[in-house]
Amino acid sequence: MIKFDRVSKTYLGGQQALQQVDFHIEPGEMAFLTGHSGAGKSTILKLISLMARPSVGNVLINGHNLNDIKLSQVPYIRRDIGMIFQSHQLLMDKTVFDNVALPLVIEGYSRKQIQKRVSAALDMVGLLHKIQQLPQALSGGEQQRVGIARAVVNRPPLLLADEPTGNLDPKLSMEIMRLFEDFNQAGVCVFVATHDLGLIARMKYRTLTIKQGRMIDDGLNDQNDPLSTLSDLHDPNLPPMTKLPPKYTL
Amino acid sequence: MSLLFNGRTGDNTTRRVGFFQRVFMGGINHLRQALASLGELWRSPLATFMTIGVLGLSITLPSTLYLMVKNTEKVTAGWEQAGEISLYLQSGTTEQQANQLLLAVSSMTSKIDSARLIAPDIALEEFEALSGLGDSLAYLDKNPLPYVLLITPKPQYLQPESAKRLLQELEQQSVVDFGKLDIEWLEKLYAIVSIAKDIVWIVAILLCVSVVLIIGNTIRLNILSQREEIAVMKLVGATDNFIRFPFLYTGFWYGFLGGLLAWMLVAFLLWWIQSGVENLAGLYQAEFTISGLDMQALGVILLISISLGLIGSLISVQKHIKEIEPS
Repeated sequence: MIKFDRVSKTYLGGQQALQQVDFHIEPGEMAFLTGHSGAGKSTILKLISLMARPSVGNVLINGHNLNDIKLSQVPYIRRDIGMIFQSHQLLMDKTVFDNVALPLVIEGYSRKQIQKRVSAALDMVGLLHKIQQLPQALSGGEQQRVGIARAVVNRPPLLLADEPTGNLDPKLSMEIMRLFEDFNQAGVCVFVATHDLGLIARMKYRTLTIKQGRMIDDGLNDQNDPLSTLSDLHDPNLPPMTKLPPKYTL
Repeated sequence: MSLLFNGRTGDNTTRRVGFFQRVFMGGINHLRQALASLGELWRSPLATFMTIGVLGLSITLPSTLYLMVKNTEKVTAGWEQAGEISLYLQSGTTEQQANQLLLAVSSMTSKIDSARLIAPDIALEEFEALSGLGDSLAYLDKNPLPYVLLITPKPQYLQPESAKRLLQELEQQSVVDFGKLDIEWLEKLYAIVSIAKDIVWIVAILLCVSVVLIIGNTIRLNILSQREEIAVMKLVGATDNFIRFPFLYTGFWYGFLGGLLAWMLVAFLLWWIQSGVENLAGLYQAEFTISGLDMQALGVILLISISLGLIGSLISVQKHIKEIEPS
């Protein structure tokens, strides 16, 4: 579904964000991308969503090389990708309904369709009762879930999330992850960038690790425990992984 | 439409709709966007009012000047005595010859309204009375003044050019020494009016440019204040056109409302001036109404102001919406 073919990215000013990154995520897969902040997680997501272009190499989605996509076609690519951000990117002066409806309005759905789909999406994230409220009136977790509803409202085959649980406590983070699992089970390819290793450990999905712009583990090598390579990322306040409550492990 | 995934289509494209229905729906959509832009203006009434005020005043000035020039032309076209022609006959012309000429000239009814003969004796008397040189004139042994024929041409021969041609024709007549056309001041007047017209054009062009700049800048500020919203819209797949249209409609409304305000201001100004003009016309025993502010003028003003609004917003939108990209 997502294929990086020796991708390097150098930003203006010479900062090298990615070097020779190679990986492939299968259709219908759910995968995590982890690494230090500044390691290049966001750059990878930006390359997929065409917010940036690779300096060298090819990014392919569903076999289509994104280098062949013209500037005028970018909006149509983004309609196939649901995107979720740490800063949720909601329009604060519009109601929850208007926020979630935005992708459908842009695509020119009829009013009836919009009503139906927005309700369904908000129902999925459990916020149907807040449909007429402004985002300001919602808690951080609820705002994040509105962002998720907006990302899935037009049923994209691909869902990208950049630190979706960055501001949330562990219980809320887990709820969000369960949502992603639900979408994944419905056939959506989910790709989550996060540095919340505790969360990743509980989820048991493929984990790609990036360090200083290089892919040091693409998660396919079973012997290689992703957490050992990232032991320096551990928050000292977190309990050791081995002492996780059994109910969180699958 | 999906470029990446075959067979993935939004429900909007799976339904088959006829051409007319699509056009109709498109129209409805645009109407909705136009009204939404109007609502956006309504939400910040003070800023909107100030912008529209500036636009209205900018359009009022050239409109008023234009109407003034138009009306001045109307007034000057009504001054018939302006083109009076004096034919001085050769000295030694007899009374009979002069009367024959008067008859001949009077018969040119297609060109001449009326003609009047002034005999030397009467002219001298008049001169004595008006100049106050009565005593010194007594020293003259004979009357030096010739017969004079005063001719009022038809209105269509009052324009400087055609009046000159008529004068040349009259000078061909026998016994005529030379003719004089009371035309110099008329030419001066026409020159002044023509300068005034040029000034109106210059002022109009300058102010139209300023209207475009004002609207362009206002739209630019609108775009920048909605930078985040535009970035989010681009993030979820909005095309530039989708983002562009609301701002173009905002420009349209600025132009429309500014033009409407200008028309009302011009109407008010003309109403104000009207009493003064009537007073002045009364002193000349004439009746005069300032005209020109009709439905056609409203249409022209609105057309111009809306075009300026669209041009201004288009310039701004082309430049700034491309610059905003999600990051």
